[in-house]
Amino acid sequence: MSDTTILKMRGINKTFPGVRALQNVDFTLNKGEIHALMGENGAGKSTLIKVLTGVYTKDGGTIELEGKGEVSIHSPQEAQNNGISTVYQEITLCPNLTVAENMFIGREKGAFTNWKHMNTESDRLLQKLDIPAKATQQLGSCSIAVQQMVAIARAIDMDCKVLILDEPTSSLDEQEVEKLFDLMRDLKKMGVGIIFVTHFLDQVYEVCDKITVLRDGQLVGEYEIKDLPRVQLVAKMLGKEMDDLSDIKGESASYAGDDAGEIVFEAKDLQSNAGIRPFDFYIKKGEVNGFTGLLGSGRSECVRAIFGADRVIGGTVKVHGKEVKISNPLDAMKNGIAYLPEDRKLDGIIGDLSVRDNIILALQVLTGFFKPFSKAKANAFADEYIKKLNIKTASADTPIKSLSGGNQQKVILARWLLMHPEYLILDEPTRGIDVGTKVDIQKLVLELASEGMSVTFISSETDEMLRTCSRLVVMRDRKVVGQLSGNSLTQNNIMSTIAGGD
Amino acid sequence: MSDTKKKKDQSFLKRLTSNQLFIPLLALILLAAINLIVDPSFIKVTPGYNNAGNPVLSGYLITILDYGSELAILAIGMTLVTAASGGQDISVGATIAIAGSAMLRVLCGGDSRPETIQAPIIVAFLVACLVGMLCGAFNGLLVSVFKIQPMIATLILFTAGRSIAAWINNNELPIVPDPRFSYFGGFIPGIPIPTTVFIAAICIVVIALVLKFTNLGLYTQAVGINESSSRLNGINPTFIKFLAFVILGICVAVAALIKVSRLSTINYSVIAKDIEMDAILAVALGGNALSGGKFNIWASILGAYVIQFLTTTLYKFNVQSDALAAYKAVVVILLVVFSAPKVRETMGNLVKKVAPKKEVA
Amino acid sequence: MRLRKGSIFNKISDTNLLLIITIVIFFMMYIGAIIFQGGGFTKPQMFFNILNANASLIITATGMSIVMICGGIDISVGGVVALVSMCCAVYLDYHDGSILGSILIALGIGLAYGLVQGFLVAYLDIQPFIVSLAGMFFARGMTTIVNTAPFNVADEEFTALKLTRINVPFLGSYNKKGVWMPAYVEIGVIVALLIVVLLFVVLRWTKLGRNFYAVGGNKQSALMMGINVKRTKFLSHLICSILAGIGGYVYFLHVGSGAASHAMGMEMNAIASSIIGGTMLTGGVGNIIGTLFGVLSLSTIQNIVASAGLDDAWWTGITIAAMLCLFLIIQSIVMAQKKKALK
Repeated sequence: MSDTTILKMRGINKTFPGVRALQNVDFTLNKGEIHALMGENGAGKSTLIKVLTGVYTKDGGTIELEGKGEVSIHSPQEAQNNGISTVYQEITLCPNLTVAENMFIGREKGAFTNWKHMNTESDRLLQKLDIPAKATQQLGSCSIAVQQMVAIARAIDMDCKVLILDEPTSSLDEQEVEKLFDLMRDLKKMGVGIIFVTHFLDQVYEVCDKITVLRDGQLVGEYEIKDLPRVQLVAKMLGKEMDDLSDIKGESASYAGDDAGEIVFEAKDLQSNAGIRPFDFYIKKGEVNGFTGLLGSGRSECVRAIFGADRVIGGTVKVHGKEVKISNPLDAMKNGIAYLPEDRKLDGIIGDLSVRDNIILALQVLTGFFKPFSKAKANAFADEYIKKLNIKTASADTPIKSLSGGNQQKVILARWLLMHPEYLILDEPTRGIDVGTKVDIQKLVLELASEGMSVTFISSETDEMLRTCSRLVVMRDRKVVGQLSGNSLTQNNIMSTIAGGD
Repeated sequence: MSDTKKKKDQSFLKRLTSNQLFIPLLALILLAAINLIVDPSFIKVTPGYNNAGNPVLSGYLITILDYGSELAILAIGMTLVTAASGGQDISVGATIAIAGSAMLRVLCGGDSRPETIQAPIIVAFLVACLVGMLCGAFNGLLVSVFKIQPMIATLILFTAGRSIAAWINNNELPIVPDPRFSYFGGFIPGIPIPTTVFIAAICIVVIALVLKFTNLGLYTQAVGINESSSRLNGINPTFIKFLAFVILGICVAVAALIKVSRLSTINYSVIAKDIEMDAILAVALGGNALSGGKFNIWASILGAYVIQFLTTTLYKFNVQSDALAAYKAVVVILLVVFSAPKVRETMGNLVKKVAPKKEVA
Repeated sequence: MRLRKGSIFNKISDTNLLLIITIVIFFMMYIGAIIFQGGGFTKPQMFFNILNANASLIITATGMSIVMICGGIDISVGGVVALVSMCCAVYLDYHDGSILGSILIALGIGLAYGLVQGFLVAYLDIQPFIVSLAGMFFARGMTTIVNTAPFNVADEEFTALKLTRINVPFLGSYNKKGVWMPAYVEIGVIVALLIVVLLFVVLRWTKLGRNFYAVGGNKQSALMMGINVKRTKFLSHLICSILAGIGGYVYFLHVGSGAASHAMGMEMNAIASSIIGGTMLTGGVGNIIGTLFGVLSLSTIQNIVASAGLDDAWWTGITIAAMLCLFLIIQSIVMAQKKKALK
């Protein structure tokens, strides 16, 4: 072990029933290094991290820590004791406890809780990190972003040598991400080794020093950031040279100028109880448009209002020029509107049900309570879309929860396509899924539009939006602040509209 | 060649053991085997005559089928409630008392010793159904609209139910004078099979038809597994949960009819005592997750008969009715322990470890 | 960054909010009883009689609260109380046992229950409802197996202990003859109050106590934060069952007899008291002081019903149920409001 090496994993193996999740993977982390761990979904990133933090027990291989030699880690507690702290994508704190408790629980010494010490220490740390929360506040009353920051504060305060950030930025807005990066750079100076898992390529190139790429549970390689341009990184992750990404761009221009289409959906002064200002919106036949804005700007709330997912409290809605009332999702579905929700796990999949039941669900509900599909019909539907969307599943009977994230998303997409909607809303369909599926979905969106379907596409990644949408509705602070289309549709324009202030 | 065969065998075994009906069937076979060894006359069904001179079949199997009816009927509703709400209704015993009491009130018209019945039996039964559905609706309202955990919401009627039942009849114990009323819990003259068996069969057929010709199953499971995404797919989870409790209410009314008919009267503090526990056990024994989601109603029904089988067996071994619970508890714990995923996994690993050694030897 | 200031709901933690509601309602109820019923409720002894009669419920309900805070449930406590009473009664009268021996029996039964149930729930991941359901069946059945007929204990030492009364300083009232009658409590009340204080300290100031809240709040998070979730769950059941054992002995001390029908439905009263006291069945929220007030509220309303001349047995059940219903709906509405305020 060299002087600067702080963590060395060699030949890590992990097998789950039927899957070899990790095969002979090596990973090395140096002091004061921010090290990106990249790979598609199912590449084994999460598994590797869970092995390192003791959530899973490894089947083979060694883990060496600086000054400790070879260690075996059997629980998150042991990982903590060894100086390995983790911040997960989902917030792993207890909403019913106070902020201070969440920062200290599970790592106090002795049998008693010293509230005074805990509160002052927490307040000091919160102030230092500029986190807008009080030590005595109940965590559940903080916003999600603040909760995430508290989780990071907790990890940092634990005198850690290795800090693992597992997609911590997916629920943060840009300023918050910036703040997090500042924090990471500070820690780096202090000599902490940071493992950073993310799907955002920009972020990798902004803060990281090194990249380790995994694919299909195997190590592809370790690279200095300056030696690996983006295109090559993507190629390594996918395991093939590809220029699909640039391919798509050219096609989208053809829809941009199409003003002649009939207006399929139109909303005036629409308002829901989720706290957005009343907004106007329309979409034409065969158009792909999108809502953009920072996280929390109200873009999801807008489409949820259109679909009736939140309670609509004002405004009028017209479908094909005829005024209709959409007060719940079923009304929207009857009017040919489909909505793929932002949170796949929470709002999308029905985990224990089979892929088949998940696919037919929406159409089945639309068909009616007293008209269940026959088994043969349901199977035919499922098989058709499994093939069409190239869903990787053992069979139509497999529970959806055992599929990878990207394939789960495809199943949900299939569910709505089966309904043959006129207007399809996709809210972050590409979040947390691998690059290959991302491209598939983008292509599909354009294909559907060319067949006459209207699509609203929301994504956190602006270039993805630029690639697919011909018109963008820009939001700030729960208000629509502008629309961009045609030539004005550029990265710079979007940024300046979002930022506002002219 | 032999390899593929082995694989096939293994997958067959695996399919068998992973089938939901496996555990209740295994329990049934075990119980039957124990009974047969101890007393081979166990399976004998003998024709005979009852006090009224009507032909009846008697024997342990008949007893099990007869007395398991209420439980099987309740298991249907309880499975739906469990699947949709992820919780259990612990008030079914108390609501049986309420529905039964309402039935008696209608039949006897408030008189504790009437000469004739004051209303047709069918009217009384419909009133009982209405009362059962109202109780179910009350529970369903608390669970679906007020989002109270089912066990706690139903704790209310569990506590108050028997008191309400007593209050309906002013704490009197009316006796139904019409012998026809006792047919439902006994025998119809000329038919040697207990009427309860037919009633249970009708209920089972009805629920089979409902599951076949509606989407109740799919909706219930979807709501039980992921309420939020069900809503976004156009299902109304509030209504589905509410519906499950109302269906259980109907099951309760049918069970109340049988229970009251068996005695032609009612004892508020004893009628259907602890039946909620048996019904919940039936669902659990059928391999249904008590936390809701996927369900198999046939496994629950089979589970209900297994529990009745167990009860009858224990009686047969001269176990006092009060002590019955202790023995049942041991059986339940054994069953639950062996079907716990954790234990299964450990046992599976053990088998794997042992198996290759055998091959070497 | 968005930090919403705003409604008072968000400044108070869930636990404290529900606690305040409970205490306020209890005092309103008791004052209401004094105003409208007068008589007995003005005498301090009335209040202490409530404590005397419910000391064992206080003990079992605090145990129940701990299990519920940790996200579980234990419906075997009533059965354990009955089993303890019967075993102790048989031991004292038929086997000429000592007081100390009977106390050890009570603790032993509680400990055994805690170990088995805790192991099954925590380490084998079986649902607590099913485990304790079987536990309840087992206890009730065993009680009849130990002895079928109910009987009173005649042991002299025990009777002396049972009749021991501890006067409450400064409180009391004059009887009809004008003689000062000091208010008194039984030994069980002292035990119950000691346990309440002890558990309050445990829940507020010890790591174990806070771990109960963390595990009940979010099991997965608690695990990730390095808490031994299994051990915490195990301990919650262990404590609950041991308290059920102690509660059983206090019950036995109060009634002085063993019977299979003892403490029928006590588990439901314990759950109801916890809920009225602000413990959420979803876990992570609750307070021992609230549970104490939950028991007091529950028994006060029973007393009000009784003194209002509605002593038909059914009224008690109906009023408890109505009260439970009321509190559940209050909880549900308060929590919904809080959620809305946050959005």
